[in-house]
Amino acid sequence: MHSSAIPIWFFIGVLLTAYGVLILAYGLYELSTGIMAVQNYHASVWWGALMLLVGLFYLIRFRPSRANS
Amino acid sequence: MFELVPAYLAAGLPSLTAAFAGTGASLAHLSLLDIAVIAIYFVMVIWIGFYLKGQANTSEEFFMAGREMTAWIAGLSFVSANLGSLELMGWAGSSYQYGILAAHWYWIGAIPAMLFLGMVMMPFYYVCKTHSVPGYLKLRYGQGSSFVAAVSFAFMTVLMSGVNMFAMAEVMKIVLGWDLNFSIIVSSLAVAAYVALGGLRSAIFNEVLQFVLIWGGAMLVPILGLIETGGWSGFKARLAQNIATGEVLGGDYTHMWRSMGHFADNPMGIHWTGIVFGLGFAISFGYWTTDFLVVQRVLAANSLRSARLAPVIGSFFKMAVPFIVILPGLLGLVVLTNANGSHMQLVGENVVKDCARSASGGAPVNASLCSTDLATTAVLPATQQAVLAGTGDVQLHSYNEVLPLMMVRYLGPGLLGLGITALIAGFMSGMAGNVSAFTAIFTYDIYQPHIVKHARDEHYVLVGRIVTIAGVVISIGAAYAVRNAPGIMDYVQALFSFFISPLLGVVLLGMFWKRATKAGGFWGLLIGTLTSIGLWAWVYFYPPALRYVALSPDAKGMAENMYRALWSVSTAVGVNVIVSLFTKPKPLSELASVVYGVTPLPTEEPVPLYKNEWFWTAIAIVIFFALNIYFW
Repeated sequence: MHSSAIPIWFFIGVLLTAYGVLILAYGLYELSTGIMAVQNYHASVWWGALMLLVGLFYLIRFRPSRANS
Repeated sequence: MFELVPAYLAAGLPSLTAAFAGTGASLAHLSLLDIAVIAIYFVMVIWIGFYLKGQANTSEEFFMAGREMTAWIAGLSFVSANLGSLELMGWAGSSYQYGILAAHWYWIGAIPAMLFLGMVMMPFYYVCKTHSVPGYLKLRYGQGSSFVAAVSFAFMTVLMSGVNMFAMAEVMKIVLGWDLNFSIIVSSLAVAAYVALGGLRSAIFNEVLQFVLIWGGAMLVPILGLIETGGWSGFKARLAQNIATGEVLGGDYTHMWRSMGHFADNPMGIHWTGIVFGLGFAISFGYWTTDFLVVQRVLAANSLRSARLAPVIGSFFKMAVPFIVILPGLLGLVVLTNANGSHMQLVGENVVKDCARSASGGAPVNASLCSTDLATTAVLPATQQAVLAGTGDVQLHSYNEVLPLMMVRYLGPGLLGLGITALIAGFMSGMAGNVSAFTAIFTYDIYQPHIVKHARDEHYVLVGRIVTIAGVVISIGAAYAVRNAPGIMDYVQALFSFFISPLLGVVLLGMFWKRATKAGGFWGLLIGTLTSIGLWAWVYFYPPALRYVALSPDAKGMAENMYRALWSVSTAVGVNVIVSLFTKPKPLSELASVVYGVTPLPTEEPVPLYKNEWFWTAIAIVIFFALNIYFW
């Protein structure tokens, strides 16, 4: 990669973290109000949490300062 | 190329946009959260484009991503370039219709060719430092065949980009109710911005992003479907029950090879020889090893080892794609329900079209035609009556709508936006892939050798940026041309398929036979292509000719595509051999780095087993056979 490049994995981390936060937050709201989409099995909670975790991992692992070092 | 099914495979499958054309209200309604998810994606791609602008200053950086891609990035981009949204939806629909047979296009129709590219062909592409497949032809056969390949590829690529754009806009209109012009303008502006700014690197980054989004957005559907049906065995039990009650047409939906003994034994009308030699060799090898759109991604790798590993890494994900494409289609056979709770039965697009209601709703406009069509389907009598009566709780949907329908069933707010974003990302990166390949081919293989030969490097980068914009503008023109004359789409798909298989014959012979000559390559490519066009025209204008092309009176459209590819590659090889034997070959000194036997391959440093490309190839082969045996 370019010496000063932000790796693609960092961008993926940003995207997954943003999506994870939004979807998990909605899932928790859904859980608290008892609403559930048809056959959804509260997927927003566990899928959102999974995306958030993976996103955070990539965000930290490939953060620019670390990638450049 | 074309993502309903890449053009080389498209014949015989229903047109997705035609399938959507007859439906009524939009399938999904987005919440504010869904819109936020989509908006974040657009912000991200533009950010990537602007960020990468500073890394696309030289022609090597702009057109070849600086040849700095790791094996993982090149591999994911390689497989992602072929993972467009129309392909996902088209094959999900096919699996609803034909069962797991559709997985042939992901396994035997891809894996052997991908591994062959990585292990056998990649060293030659990589060592000769070509920028493109026509560039390789120039080194091996000279300017004639290279120019023919470059012009045909550039022309077809930009047309396919337009077809892709139109198809996306049409699907978004039907699935989400979005205005056609809005979809075309927003997507083209985004693609033009990020490819013109960041070049191939930007296209590749977005393909990797798309890859993650497709898995993140689509994987939940089969997971939730399997939870609902009680796993694979639970699904099979429910499917057997639905077949017994007549809700699903009888047939073997869960085995891949058992019904391949005769053309008449399977709903696709294909024989195993067509699958193995036509799809598994002529079509698949042609596409995966000579189509510059995919090969360009691997050429951007940072070392020979990465270039060889990239298709191998891609092959593992390719083998997994049926999980998010074929499985949702199969699950749709048992889980989809109408608004009144009855089992939803999807039908062909002609039935949906003939049963279309007027804008105000109610009974079908042409009730008698609709009734006749419905009588030919497995739709239950009660459902037929509901359709004909125009009650609002039963709506007809076509096979190709199965994936959006499954998304709507399982994905709530936010997750639905993620699924739709995955589809949009698939469309846009397909378009970006076409445009970036077009830009490289035009600049390197047409502009540089024939128009301005010795300009400064900055000049070619500027030309690349301008050609990118021009490519998008031509694509928009093509999209509107297709809108005004939908039949063009079928011709464009057929046109592209004419070139791929003969090109395979010429490239393979050039790479592995020192005796192949410039004239042999040119005439092989030309006559192989003419054979393909001739066979297509024969069947198009005289459909009974299919029995001769596909060698059976029971053959169907898809078999024609496979055997046509087989005959055209055979012709290209045969003509190349004969003409080469009667013409003077190039001296061996001129063949160094492009032909097997006279190309010294660089010795690679030993690496641990887990980093060795041969080790992973062996694993991929074992998994490939295991999957085929398990679903035999």
